[in-house]
Amino acid sequence: MKKIIVFVSFIAVLASCSSNENSGSSSDDTFNRTALLTHWADNIIIPAHQNYNTKLVLLSTDGTAFVNNPTVENLTSLRNSWLVAYEAYQQVMLFNVGKASEINFKETTNTFPTDAAGIEQNITAGNYNLELLSQFSKQGFPALDYMLNGLGNSDTEIVSFYTLNSKASAYKQYLTNLITALTTKNNTILSEWTGSYRNEFIANNGTAVSSSTNKMTNIFVKNFEKDIRSGKIGIPAGLFSNGTKFLDKVEGYYKKDISKRLLNAAVASQKDFFNGKSFSSTSTGPSLKSYLDAVKAVRNGQNLSDIINNQFVTIANNNALLNVNFSEQISNDNLKMIEAYDALQQNVIYFKLDMMQALNITIDYVDGDGD
Amino acid sequence: MNQRLKIYFTTYKSTATLAFFRLAFGLMMLMSLIRFAAYGWIDKFYIQPTFQFSYFGFEWIKPLGTYTYLIYITAGIAAFFVAIGFKYRFSIVLFFLAFTYIELMDKTYYLNHYYFMSLVSFVMIFLPANAYFSVDSYQNKGLAFAKIPRWNIDILKVMLAVVYFYAGVAKINSDWLIEAMPLRIWLPTNADLPLIGSFLKETWVAYVFSWFGMIYDLGIVFLLLYKRTRLLGFIFVVVFHVLTRILFPIGVFPYVMIISTLIFFDAGFHQKVLLYLSKLLQIPVIVWENGLTKINTLSTIYKTKLVFLGLFLLLQLVFPFRYLCYPNELFWTEEGFRFSWRVMLMEKAGYIEFKVTDSVTKKTIHVNNSQFLTRFQEKQMSFQPDFIVEYAKYLHDYYKNQGINNPIVTADSYVALNGRLSQRYIDPTINLAQEHDTFQHKNWILPFNDSIKGF
Repeated sequence: MKKIIVFVSFIAVLASCSSNENSGSSSDDTFNRTALLTHWADNIIIPAHQNYNTKLVLLSTDGTAFVNNPTVENLTSLRNSWLVAYEAYQQVMLFNVGKASEINFKETTNTFPTDAAGIEQNITAGNYNLELLSQFSKQGFPALDYMLNGLGNSDTEIVSFYTLNSKASAYKQYLTNLITALTTKNNTILSEWTGSYRNEFIANNGTAVSSSTNKMTNIFVKNFEKDIRSGKIGIPAGLFSNGTKFLDKVEGYYKKDISKRLLNAAVASQKDFFNGKSFSSTSTGPSLKSYLDAVKAVRNGQNLSDIINNQFVTIANNNALLNVNFSEQISNDNLKMIEAYDALQQNVIYFKLDMMQALNITIDYVDGDGD
Repeated sequence: MNQRLKIYFTTYKSTATLAFFRLAFGLMMLMSLIRFAAYGWIDKFYIQPTFQFSYFGFEWIKPLGTYTYLIYITAGIAAFFVAIGFKYRFSIVLFFLAFTYIELMDKTYYLNHYYFMSLVSFVMIFLPANAYFSVDSYQNKGLAFAKIPRWNIDILKVMLAVVYFYAGVAKINSDWLIEAMPLRIWLPTNADLPLIGSFLKETWVAYVFSWFGMIYDLGIVFLLLYKRTRLLGFIFVVVFHVLTRILFPIGVFPYVMIISTLIFFDAGFHQKVLLYLSKLLQIPVIVWENGLTKINTLSTIYKTKLVFLGLFLLLQLVFPFRYLCYPNELFWTEEGFRFSWRVMLMEKAGYIEFKVTDSVTKKTIHVNNSQFLTRFQEKQMSFQPDFIVEYAKYLHDYYKNQGINNPIVTADSYVALNGRLSQRYIDPTINLAQEHDTFQHKNWILPFNDSIKGF
């Protein structure tokens, strides 16, 4: 009798201690989440933001040059650095964690379609607070797209807004402010990452809902589903509006020939992140792929990670068939857009269902008991 | 046969066993309710959601807003009264009703052990569990008996045996034994546990756990029944349930089972525990150790009760096999899955998007599930057809009110089961608003394209 009581209480204590281990740290002999998070932070996230920062510095320089001397030539070089920076942004949009999500990085950097009328109002009014929710669609790369490509039909006409127009100085000021806002946002994020946040991010190496692995994986899936699949293809192609197409809701609407380039950049960085490819080299480190392989996620006799990577190939093949200008693609042959969407959707399902299940990561928070 | 039955029904055992179980059960229920409330789950699960998934035929059972707390308080007080044996008959009926009402409010939160608790409390209505170590029999000495007919104890053992044995039978299937699924998915995610963690990612460990789990469930009752193997059996019980507690988010179930299996011990054990408690509370145990035996005359009422409980047990034996009436794979369609002791048996997850189309204008809306459901509800709904059709009906009604003409509700849905790649689940062309949740086979569930052999 006494023995039983002692035994039961011993086991009960053991159980109650162990039950708190869910959010505990990882040990060396299993899949090492500390190594995963370190690789993500040091070799992917921080270098990507640094690269983006470099591109923003160029954008800033060319912006200043154009504002000081608005010529067609300077406009062309500003456009180039804008596009290069826009592409570099596609490689950081995925990291909407920590400071980035606090300061609405995504929303202020790339809300499209941009609000051209609202931009004109801001320019006329002269006072506006770009931090406000209502201003998200009047700034970032899409707003710059309007400012650099959408003001007129020819380069000369566009340049005239910055020279001959009665509000020329206000246009110049707005252009400068947009570029400054982009730079400031990224500097804030970068200094957070190079400061204390890196260690905080890595130290949060458990499996709880609030853990870094869990959060990043959720963001990874959400970015792919909402920002790439829906934002870049589904919405303009009319998949969420019963076939009503929105030619003006494509990314890079005014520049016209860059929607495909931006899509490819975003998909590639999503794929690279999945495979743990370092930002500045071809080497790979711990990743969602290796995590899946570590838990031996095999589906229908094939590694789930291979199934996902094969789907990335299908996605690339479908995207390759698209016109560089999605507005044209949608109005001429929307079926190709829908096929591209379906290919992306298949990976959404693999991520959201098969991958999350294999890694035992919940989509957001579901608590309560199971049986 | 008749003679044997007669002998069986006139065999008597110490009431201490039943009283011990009553005390333990009441306290466990109380703790379980307090735990549930303390996590804030009453508000989160029953009061906040705008929509609740009802059981077929029990659509009238709904949470009562803020008054839902009253049901919990009622159940809690009743559980405590059951534990101390105060106004026992009334309290156990009240507990059964309140607890069952709670469980029927939303099937999202269905758990096998809640079902077990409901069943046990139902059976306990018919047992003289207050004849020993209770306030009732302390106050009214006429109710106190040292011995009662043994069937009163055996019926609870049978119910426990059904849970274990059926859970074991359900594990005899090709996924569990030959593929070691779903443990092969679940165990590696616990790889950071101290000591055992590094083993859990090994495939062979998943096989060992699967086979051990099946043999344990099938055999444990037999180990507990015989005196010689009982202690060994109980050690298995404790180790097994503690392990499940560590590995899975399984709530109070392990504790309920560990404590409940103590009923298999000899009466001497229960007497000692209660004697110890009596000394602690300074109650003279002689009140109950009065040498009296509760002998029931074979009156019509008594016979009716025995027949009724007999039929009830028979139903328990048959009901889990109702899945045989349905075509297609049980794990895939889940027709006849609940209320069958299929515990921690499969890893299933779904992804579902609904479209609502106006049948006149043909305008389509993509439904945002989080507008109507909590994440928990959405998760459960995504792979269970009866949830899907109930929700589709709700969407139909909601959008009809919003001015959509005769809304057509269709779904894009994918389900992944036990380590198979996800595949389409519901026929995407079917207007779910016109389908019904009945006990008939739902032919709009797409075929599984695989087979899981076994029970």
